[in-house]
Amino acid sequence: MTARVGVVVFPGSNCEHDVVEAIDAVGGSGELLWHKDNSLGDVDAVVLPGGFAHGDYLRTGAMARFSPIMDAVARFAQDGGPVVGICNGFQILTEAQLLPGALYKNQGLKFLCEPAVLRVESTGSVLTQGLSVGDEINVPINHFEGNFICSEQVLSQLRDKNQIVLTYRDNPNGATADIAGICNENGNVVGLMPHPERAAHPLLGSTDGAQMLKGLIGID
Amino acid sequence: MSKEFDVIVEVSLREGIADPEGLTIERALPALGFNGVSDIRVGKSLRFVVEAADEPEARSQVESMCERFLANPVIEDVNITLGPSA
Repeated sequence: MTARVGVVVFPGSNCEHDVVEAIDAVGGSGELLWHKDNSLGDVDAVVLPGGFAHGDYLRTGAMARFSPIMDAVARFAQDGGPVVGICNGFQILTEAQLLPGALYKNQGLKFLCEPAVLRVESTGSVLTQGLSVGDEINVPINHFEGNFICSEQVLSQLRDKNQIVLTYRDNPNGATADIAGICNENGNVVGLMPHPERAAHPLLGSTDGAQMLKGLIGID
Repeated sequence: MSKEFDVIVEVSLREGIADPEGLTIERALPALGFNGVSDIRVGKSLRFVVEAADEPEARSQVESMCERFLANPVIEDVNITLGPSA
């Protein structure tokens, strides 16, 4: 059966159609969910897409974490359902405390929109299960606040439990330990600043993102 | 009977976290002839009025909004100034 992937639309999200398109292209079935819904329906996985949810007012993700659908997302995550936050979605997952740490303004204060070379650090997450540790992949970034910050204590936990999923080869934003993406202890909740949906077709210059999204819909 | 309290919440980056905005401003100042400025930290302030029975209740309400919403304790500290509205 085709895996259904719900992509949550917040006011100000702007990557939701790209994600649906990329999910469809790798053999899944993407559908949009509205942030005011109280349920996720029957989806098999959830993506919080990039953009500027609620205008990023107060802090990135600060308003979005209180959107009605987030309770359902938290329950789904707790039950082991795959949840992926891309860029602004990653910021929302940290604000919702579904992932540790926080994302702050890039060192150098530049909005970065460019290809990034990432190193796969763990294959224990739903997004990287089809890849190998040490793989270098090409996935673009597009953010102003992608500088991952966490305490020393959280960093050692991330290291010990194999929760660092992706690192930048050339750290573009000052992120702690070059971190581009992390997951929870079970590997079913993943947050990453790079945009796999923008590396999901040969015309886009890379299909490495498609490989990640395949992991999400259970096709390796 | 409830009273009104004026509140100022200052949100700043926690000690030890690099502040890229502060650094940029600090580097710009000498070019304008202002020398000897250091330790610039950029934050934001929220001003509002809160209704509560008394000052301790007002303060505890504001503290709880800061914890849940107004600041992110992973990266930010808050400083609350609160007093009866004039």
